[in-house]
Amino acid sequence: MSVLIFVENWDGKFKKLSFELISYGARLAEMLNTTAVALSVGNVDNGELEKLGKYGASQIISAHNDSLNVFDSQAFAKIIANLAKQENATVVVLSNNNTGKAVAPRLSVLLKAGLGAGVSKLPLSIDPFVIYKKVYSGNAFSNLVIKTEIKVLTLAQNSYELNETSNQAVITKVAVDWNADAVKTKVIEVQKLSGKILLTDADVVVSGGRGMKSADNWAPIVELAELLGAATACSRPVSDEGWRPHEEHTGQTGKIIAPNLYFAIGISGATQHLAGVSSSKFIVAINTDKDAPIFSAAQYGIVGDASKILPKLVEAVKELKGK
Amino acid sequence: MKILVCISNVPDTTTKVKFIEGNKKLDVTGIQWVINPWDELSLTRALELKDDPSNGIQLVTVAHVGPLASEPTIRKALAIGADDAIRINADPSDAYFVAAQLAKIVKEGVYDLVFCGIESSDFNGSTVGGMLAEFLEYPSVSSVSGVKIENGQVNITREIDGGKEIVTVPMPVVAIVQKGIAKEPRIAAMRGIMMARTKPLNVVEPLAIDSLTEVVAYEMPQPRAACKFVDPENPRQLVELLQNEAKII
Ligand SMILES: Cc1cc2nc3c(=O)[nH]c(=O)nc-3n(C[C@H](O)[C@H](O)[C@H](O)COP(=O)(O)OP(=O)(O)OC[C@H]3O[C@@H](n4cnc5c(N)ncnc54)[C@H](O)[C@@H]3O)c2cc1C
Ligand SMILES: Nc1ncnc2c1ncn2[C@@H]1O[C@H](COP(=O)(O)O)[C@@H](O)[C@H]1O
Repeated sequence: MSVLIFVENWDGKFKKLSFELISYGARLAEMLNTTAVALSVGNVDNGELEKLGKYGASQIISAHNDSLNVFDSQAFAKIIANLAKQENATVVVLSNNNTGKAVAPRLSVLLKAGLGAGVSKLPLSIDPFVIYKKVYSGNAFSNLVIKTEIKVLTLAQNSYELNETSNQAVITKVAVDWNADAVKTKVIEVQKLSGKILLTDADVVVSGGRGMKSADNWAPIVELAELLGAATACSRPVSDEGWRPHEEHTGQTGKIIAPNLYFAIGISGATQHLAGVSSSKFIVAINTDKDAPIFSAAQYGIVGDASKILPKLVEAVKELKGK
Repeated sequence: MKILVCISNVPDTTTKVKFIEGNKKLDVTGIQWVINPWDELSLTRALELKDDPSNGIQLVTVAHVGPLASEPTIRKALAIGADDAIRINADPSDAYFVAAQLAKIVKEGVYDLVFCGIESSDFNGSTVGGMLAEFLEYPSVSSVSGVKIENGQVNITREIDGGKEIVTVPMPVVAIVQKGIAKEPRIAAMRGIMMARTKPLNVVEPLAIDSLTEVVAYEMPQPRAACKFVDPENPRQLVELLQNEAKII
């Protein structure tokens, strides 16, 4: 038996989310009295693979084949399912990011394993296997029983604390005996935004809404974000108006994020907006309207005009950072 | 070429959900049911593709797994412009059950392009599209923000971390869509509403499939502590709170 944790890599490197997954999987393995096995697919060197051990994986399987440099959900699901069978996995854990969302449902069918998507904590009980997950876009939560012997879980990003252990992991390399035709996805063109902090990875996010009045007023938001090492975001009307790029739109129909700190500046806090940000650990709201719904979701608030408050806030953060 | 758009029927997103029977069931009184926002956009894109005759699309069908009570939502999809509809007459007990039903429809109807949404706003599963593709052993592309047909080939834009990628896969394919697939959902015009009444809505009985998961209870979110307000003249106080109280910056 084992808990199998699929960890994606980005140009051969792991990131915080990979270690969250291992920390979660290792703790789950403990609950189930079994071992945590990490599975990396792609070209990753041993130094990088060893990092996974530090978070509690006792075995690391590294599978690679050049045809897998292209992400193809069907091919990835097949590889993970084969290894899950080989490792006698009772639970397979993936991230609830683009890759995990694409692969996990396929795994569920291949393994006939019930899927719990977007969990943010450990199961509430093991027998029956009950998970806790968001429903109705964060307006409620459900207790979901997974009835099958094998389970697939996807873990919401930034929802589980890193946990370092003194674990020593064994690394096994497996060759993927693979017919390259099985990878049906062909990439025609890649458009990368360079040098930006990814909104889904960011610990701090500074976000502006229609209360910012125009695209020309964004400089203090960008400056505040730079000072805090934060990503910038916006509400939907702001991206619809073209004040900010579409990638920044958060909410039910945009990105769903869970940073440690979210600044909502000139954002009213409509349910569809909150659906994307309500899992943030802290929300700070700045709004002229003291009755704006955003204040019910926020821990800290300032009632006032953002154009007056932001410059002062930027100064205060500069002082803090000694700049 | 034929397109199938899978639609789920969800409470309007501003619904304040409540639960009954000891937090085991959604209280449906007063709920406005709508086409899941992603599915509305998929349908819009499917119709845009059909509008251009050079794409060679003969038919746009919508499919829904649900009881009779969800027919108004299906009629709405017909009013927006779908040519016909299929309703699998069953309560959608879980994603596995739903995907298995849809797989049969896709196989029998020989669709070339199948649209699913990235998630439905009720159970936030992000599950049915991928499962459907695996049941069919079709390729699928997720996080799709654009679909074009060029020289008989389908070119799909998908979101990747920090950017976008344009890919192609052989049809038939399942496209699992998100933001960007269409700008604004197409709205039903009066003529469409009239026509929808006479368009075919075929009801089929479900396959016997056991669900793999089951919701046993609902909970409301923990109420947040009251917001602490800071003097607008002194935002420095906010920075101090974030640093010393929340210990977050
Ligand atoms: C199906 C559906 C899906 C949706 N999905 C999303 C989504 O994913 N994300 C999303 O954001 N929205 C979404 N929406 C839209 C959502 O309902 C709201 O319309 C939107 O979030 C409002 O954006 P806003 O807060 O920027 O603007 P507004 O609601 O116009 O709020 C502006 C706020 O700024 C304040 N303000 C004004 N002047 C100032 C000032 N000088 N200083 C400080 N504050 C000021 C005002 O008091 C107000 O609270 C969706 C809607 C639907 C129907
Ligand atoms: N009952 C249903 N009938 C038809 N399609 C559905 C149904 N439920 C979900 N879908 C499709 O699957 C997508 C994702 O739903 P889900 O996996 O439930 O989050 C939706 O956007 C629909 O395209």
